Amino acid sequence: MKFRVERDVLAEAVTWVARGLPARPPVPVLAGVLIQADEEGSLTLSAFDYEVSAKVTIPADVAEAGTVLVLGRLLADISRNLPNRPIDVEADGTKVNVTCGSSRFSLREMPVAEYPTLPVAPDLSGTIAGDVFTQAVAQVAIAADRGDTLPILTGVRMEIDGEKVTLLATDRYRLAMRELTWNPSATDASHVALIPARQLSDTAKALGAAGSVELALGNGSDGLVGFEAGRRRTTTRLLDGEYPKVTSIFPSSVDTEAVIETAALEEAVKRVALVAERNTPVLLKFTDGQVFIEAGTGDDAQASEALESTLTGPEIQIAFNPQFLLDGLHAVGTAYSRLSFTQPSRPAVLTGQAEVDSEADSSYRYVLMPVRFAS
Amino acid sequence: MSRRQFTAPTRAGAHPPDDTGCTVLHIDMDAFYASASLLSRPELVGRPVIIGGASGRSVVLSATYEARAFGVASAMPMARARRLCPQAIIIEPDHRRYAAISDAIMATFATITEHVEPLSLDEAFLDVSGAMRRLGRPTRIAEQLRDTIADEQGITCSVGVAATKFVAKLASTLAKPDGLIVVPRDETVAFLHQLPVGAIWGVGEKTEEHLHRLGLRTVADLAHTPLETLQRALGDGAGRNLHELAWGRDPRSVVPERREKSIGADETFAHDISDPVVIHRELLRLSDRTAARARSAGMTGRTVSIKVRFADFTTITRAKTLRHHTDVSREIFATARELYDRLGLQRARIRLVGVRLEGLVEAGKAPIQARLDDPEHGWREADVAVDRASARFGAGSVRPASLMPERRSGSQGGSGDLS
Repeated sequence: MKFRVERDVLAEAVTWVARGLPARPPVPVLAGVLIQADEEGSLTLSAFDYEVSAKVTIPADVAEAGTVLVLGRLLADISRNLPNRPIDVEADGTKVNVTCGSSRFSLREMPVAEYPTLPVAPDLSGTIAGDVFTQAVAQVAIAADRGDTLPILTGVRMEIDGEKVTLLATDRYRLAMRELTWNPSATDASHVALIPARQLSDTAKALGAAGSVELALGNGSDGLVGFEAGRRRTTTRLLDGEYPKVTSIFPSSVDTEAVIETAALEEAVKRVALVAERNTPVLLKFTDGQVFIEAGTGDDAQASEALESTLTGPEIQIAFNPQFLLDGLHAVGTAYSRLSFTQPSRPAVLTGQAEVDSEADSSYRYVLMPVRFAS
Repeated sequence: MSRRQFTAPTRAGAHPPDDTGCTVLHIDMDAFYASASLLSRPELVGRPVIIGGASGRSVVLSATYEARAFGVASAMPMARARRLCPQAIIIEPDHRRYAAISDAIMATFATITEHVEPLSLDEAFLDVSGAMRRLGRPTRIAEQLRDTIADEQGITCSVGVAATKFVAKLASTLAKPDGLIVVPRDETVAFLHQLPVGAIWGVGEKTEEHLHRLGLRTVADLAHTPLETLQRALGDGAGRNLHELAWGRDPRSVVPERREKSIGADETFAHDISDPVVIHRELLRLSDRTAARARSAGMTGRTVSIKVRFADFTTITRAKTLRHHTDVSREIFATARELYDRLGLQRARIRLVGVRLEGLVEAGKAPIQARLDDPEHGWREADVAVDRASARFGAGSVRPASLMPERRSGSQGGSGDLS
């Protein structure tokens, strides 16, 4: 095998493919990146950790076709640090030589025969605009559980019904839900998939820059979801299990509503929360025309701040975990935020809107459970 | 109270010890539980007496010095103590009396200074630096305290006076019984270096053996061993700690601590148990009791710990810190059970299990992040209802079904519901 490739092209490709490689792989060959060069002038790089597979195809000057396996992180580090000149790669016995200008690297070749076959992505199901996909996943993935108590909650639930896609995640303290439209291959498309949140976020960040992302769920029997954008293709293994029923979590009525400028509220909560010790909340008091935010208790440090806010309905005082509130404000992505309440002990709902007096945009909803005090 | 006895090192000078800068006092009652129990049994003074449950399964809480002469020591199984000293008289502990005397002693300490750090019912550190203008030099204060306690409570104590907590505690141990030792600041190192390594705080039997294997027998040996060598042998933290202590350096100050730090309960079985169902049931009962005590004290805790003592007396503890504070029986039990199950014990014979709730704060100050799927009336509300029933009809009037007394005539099933 022998080929020449542009440094930037290789560096970008191998960095992306190798980004998810485990530091301590279950089998040594999984630390490798598989490089396949074919005489048509294309180079395919792939990596796999049994959960996620990544594959990218780039143009190269291929003098001799062939396949090699080398340490992925090492190749990524090397290609990023080489001078900006064409890179020559050549298999030489048990070594792979990488030459760029006067730099020479000789890498150990890993046994290709032991490398597992990458999963084949299921059949294409439809496409989503790249920017919408990235934003929607970021909005929802924040609410997924990071712990290990209930593995099913570490996933984002994706439900597809014709042109409608609903993404949802919860860690039982908050719940984020985003609805969007896409272009299904079949108008009667119907799927439910539970995708690990961390992998989905990584994928959305890496592929979202492209104009559109292709989504492959097949007939749902593969236990896999595939994403493809530009030259990048990836598959992720789905989580298995029954996601809890969440429809009853959305409050059916609203007593109090407040509309506040999102950025101002986010900044204020961030400041006031500096004095909130671990596990202590920020308290929000909504009165006519303003919201008063405070944190800190008793002998320790205290902070407070007041902001302009509209109020519809009775006044309310409610306490939240500051980080959970900030996550929602950061994700909502609109100039104004609308907070809807029933009681200080019941969940609040955060939605976005473009103007202070415009209608609420309910495509994104962040339901947040308040903090209470045992008494 | 030390497991091993050491004799006080001899002092170089003949002049009275200089207590300048020795502002830390460690005061420890002599054989507290035994002395306190004998107050109502004066005819037993001067005879070997052991305080503890009478059954062979309980342990020695305390013993008079006459019993200790036979090798009886605190925390020793009662059966063994009886073999060592068959003529000893055994008295059941009277915890109410101990608490009353302890309160009186602590009140006496409080008249000296507010810098009192109680270690248990019968011992405390005092920092008297603020009391010297009023009450005189540390040695004088120590003598005054010993007299007051002997007069008012009728029991004796031993006091160590030194510049640091660690040395003061060592000194009081060496002064026992009914003694006073002052370790002048200038003589601290010389004093320490004569002692065996086992005298140092934090050196238990295992560490002592380890140090002996390295040829380190006295504190002087320890002090003159390079820090790196100690750290390699004992780990970074422990190595540094011992090295510092061996040179008399102990930066800890006397911290007044009044709050109850943990609430818990434990149970020694009438005979060793290896059946996990029985252990689970006991953990449920202890969790129930711990939670009820926390609720009645108005406290909630974030850390649940369990203690398991095996038939051979080896004891382990395991703890887990929860995401939020709790006083809910069921949450404490779920955590205790998880900790126990994670030990993966296979037919181990267990002598004692205990459950504790730690990291306590007042219930009104503990924020709880509620869950979206919390029912409106959950386990906490059930607990509150149980507390109300217990207050009216007596403890145990409402309890988990698996803790109901077994009915002999009934079927054998029904004890498995601990989920």
